[in-house]
Amino acid sequence: MIARETIINTILALLLLAVPLIAMAVGEPFYITLSTRVAILALAAVGLNIALGLGGLVSFGHAAFFGIGGYAAGILATHAFNAEPMLFGVEGTTSMPWIWLVALTVCGLVALPIGAISLRTSGVYFIMITLAFAQMIYYFAISWPAYGGEDGLSLSVRNSFPLINTAKPLPFFLICYALLLLAMSLFALIRGSRFGAALQTARQNDTRLAAVGIAPFNIRLIAFIISAMVTGLAGALFADLNRFASPSMLSWHMSGELIVLIILGGKGRLFGPLAGAMLYVLFEYTLGGITERWQFFLGLILLGVVLFARGGLLGLLAGKARHG
Amino acid sequence: MRKILATSILSLGLASAAYAEPVKIGVITTLSGGGAGLGIDMRDAFTLAMKQSGNKDIELVIEDDAQKPEIAVQLAEKMIQSDKVDLLTGIIWSNLAMAVVPNTVAQDIIYLSPNAGPSALAGANCNANYFNVAYQNDNFHEAMGQYANKDYKKTFILAPNYPAGKDALTGFKRFYKGELAGEVYTQVGQTDYAAEIAQIRDSGADSVFFFLPGGMGISFMKQYAQSGVKTPVMGPGFSFDQDVLGAIGDAALGVKNSATWSKDLDNDANKKFVEAFKTEYKRLPSIYAAQSWDTANLILAALSKASVKDKDAFKAALKAADFKSVRGKFVFNNNNHPIQNVYVREVVKEDNVLTNKIVATAFEDHKDAYADKCKM
Amino acid sequence: MSTALLIEQLLNGLQLGVMLFLMAAGLTLIFGVMGLINLAHGSLYMIGAFACAVVASLTGSFWLGLIASLAAAAAAGAIMEVVVIRRLYDRDHLDQVLATFALILIFSEGSRWVFGSFPLYLDIPPVLQGAVSLPGGGQYQLYRLAIIAVGIAVALGLYLLISRTRLGMRIRAGESDREMIAALGIDIQTLYTIVFALGAALAGLAGALVGALQSVQVGMGEPVLILAFVVIVIGGIGSIKGALIGAILVGLIDTMGRFLLPKTLALILPAAQAGMVGGALASMLIYIVMALILAFRPRGLFAA
Repeated sequence: MIARETIINTILALLLLAVPLIAMAVGEPFYITLSTRVAILALAAVGLNIALGLGGLVSFGHAAFFGIGGYAAGILATHAFNAEPMLFGVEGTTSMPWIWLVALTVCGLVALPIGAISLRTSGVYFIMITLAFAQMIYYFAISWPAYGGEDGLSLSVRNSFPLINTAKPLPFFLICYALLLLAMSLFALIRGSRFGAALQTARQNDTRLAAVGIAPFNIRLIAFIISAMVTGLAGALFADLNRFASPSMLSWHMSGELIVLIILGGKGRLFGPLAGAMLYVLFEYTLGGITERWQFFLGLILLGVVLFARGGLLGLLAGKARHG
Repeated sequence: MRKILATSILSLGLASAAYAEPVKIGVITTLSGGGAGLGIDMRDAFTLAMKQSGNKDIELVIEDDAQKPEIAVQLAEKMIQSDKVDLLTGIIWSNLAMAVVPNTVAQDIIYLSPNAGPSALAGANCNANYFNVAYQNDNFHEAMGQYANKDYKKTFILAPNYPAGKDALTGFKRFYKGELAGEVYTQVGQTDYAAEIAQIRDSGADSVFFFLPGGMGISFMKQYAQSGVKTPVMGPGFSFDQDVLGAIGDAALGVKNSATWSKDLDNDANKKFVEAFKTEYKRLPSIYAAQSWDTANLILAALSKASVKDKDAFKAALKAADFKSVRGKFVFNNNNHPIQNVYVREVVKEDNVLTNKIVATAFEDHKDAYADKCKM
Repeated sequence: MSTALLIEQLLNGLQLGVMLFLMAAGLTLIFGVMGLINLAHGSLYMIGAFACAVVASLTGSFWLGLIASLAAAAAAGAIMEVVVIRRLYDRDHLDQVLATFALILIFSEGSRWVFGSFPLYLDIPPVLQGAVSLPGGGQYQLYRLAIIAVGIAVALGLYLLISRTRLGMRIRAGESDREMIAALGIDIQTLYTIVFALGAALAGLAGALVGALQSVQVGMGEPVLILAFVVIVIGGIGSIKGALIGAILVGLIDTMGRFLLPKTLALILPAAQAGMVGGALASMLIYIVMALILAFRPRGLFAA
């Protein structure tokens, strides 16, 4: 028999695909944009979920990687657009695959020292030191004049992808959707692998892992770096969606929102981030249309979820999680 | 079907044609969080102007951007794609405008700015679909720099460390001829200015110019007055307008500030506006309300001349700026930014309420510094 | 640069530190006793400032406002504890972060609903206006000295409360072994509510004191909240002594960084650029210091 969660997961994945197709058919392209936003936020949260859900590493600073990804897209595209080479004569580019590669690499390189220092701590200290690193980068972005500072960086046109017209909403959505599915496969792959087993053991019991000769520090650091890279990729797509990268992508509110997405959907679950992102964007969009006090009601709803719906949306729909 | 209906209405009579057609205007502004006061003034003046016009064919779509660029972008997309608005307006902050405007005008949607005029949109990147009904960001600061030449030789200047802050000090220095006693960039969102005020006291400055919008300006002014430093202060009108004066209190009395509008500006349109706003909302209007009122009336004037569906004719009608501005004379420059007077005001107390009165004119028919880079 | 200016800046740093201590003391106490991360602590600070501003403008007395701020923040804290926080003690940090994040949204929009969208007015009381002379010829604002004094008095009071009173004994017991004190027959629910209300009242006091110096508006608690977290993490979470030393360290580093960095850079860069680069570095400085401290002492300076 197929598990109930699998059925619900399939429905969620199909739903996210169906909405833009229907929107296209009835001539309401905005819902494609909204779905793209869901896919990208979910992708960012899938990234965070590798650290948070599998490794138990509550990073309150993942906005740093989200924003760095966004700026990677913004900076490369700006240099390409103005035909000015960057530092060391490197040319800018408007090709998405290259931008993604840069976003992934830079996020990985930034996550290495941040992870190496932060992982010396644990618990609340870890939450707060990741926040501190994100704040550092946030203030740097605001006050560094070269790339717009607080005004952010506009992309004049959406970056390109070979053979696909990304300026149209639907193809761009499909790119994001494909990357989301890819990232979720990666998550599933990690969870089922020996590495994933070690990571989850490290979360539950450090010493047991050390006893079998695996250093929990290294395992966690690798997970943190992979997690940062995936979130950075989402940031690059987010900049392309909005044709804009700004310091608000780096703010602590953004880090909070990513955590919210995971808990809203159901933490530690493969489809938790997707379910959370769908629900969050739905709330934000509908409440914003009803009342200017929407943040008040959003707060009430979030509070209700934490207090009364442990396990999030998927917990409600699919019952207790198999993976704690 | 819809097309046929529209043509038949048009054929009924040219004079009423433009009026009979439904017009949808999207208003994206800040209605929640710490900066909501400015957005609420903007919205209130805009809806009041529309209501008073009696034009029943205008539909407003108003939404809250929570002062977050990505929400503003999403709302703009929604209004363009889903609500199918003809015009967009409403944004208060430069960084939100930079997020929304370039992509909006690229989709051939007209955007009218009721506040915020980042330099990036005034020069080489100017656009025929972008109309700034407020000011170019440097204008107020330039006026204060010009005015400072009269009395001061050694000014201490400070602003937050972000693009609008740098634009502000650049604008001031563009016209100020004296020496600088210091140039300090403070942290964005900073609440305590004791360290900066101590530096001012120590610098031997004969005057202080600061640009600190919102809560930052309130904090600075209160602490400055409490510190007992007597060096005269001046700043752009944003830090001394109706939305914040109440919170600063008497500390603001006598401070000179620059603005393109003031409640006591002597023209009929302004008197009517101030009266109408006071009667409707039981408070005095701010400069954001005034600019927004002008934006609404500019739109109404253009609508009476051309159909909003005929983009070129409508843009020409906007550019003509054939409306009664509360700022008196109002003309668009080649880059669709206003050519207007910039005044120096002084904070005074009237009927126990702090407000401003005009004491000098810093510039007549002032143009921004970026217009000649605009090829339009 | 004169000695008077240097002394004045040191006092400014101390004053900022003392104010941060009022915030951090509550946070660290709540974490130490209940093991709870409270992101909504900044909202209590905001409530204190709003209550003080409203009561002061109605009655004309800052002192009544100050009492109101203590009462309002303590009441808000107690209600928050009973209605929401109580259900979070046995949850992990993740749930606590989310729930208190939601509380920030509720409090921010809620207070805009009640108090309106425009910033409120609150001035320092007449008695404390004016300045006193400093050695070296400088002047220092009386009100800021008073804040320093209040901070020291609170620190002393907390020390006496925790080391000398019955309540303090229970708090210490709660910090070291939560199950044990329940077993001893102490009404732990009431104890938790009292501790939470005490922390809230301190935040409210900080809000009211600072409200007279700055803008009383929605969202004013957030920057202070982040700084207060930096403080307790540097000091060692759960340690009041750590919070005090961490707060003064952060206050001094932040103030002196803003003051000295641009000046130092001006020796090698043009003035405008030195201002910008120095300003940027200064805003990152405390986070850099925090990362450095945690890199070498992962549990802060005075780990409990």
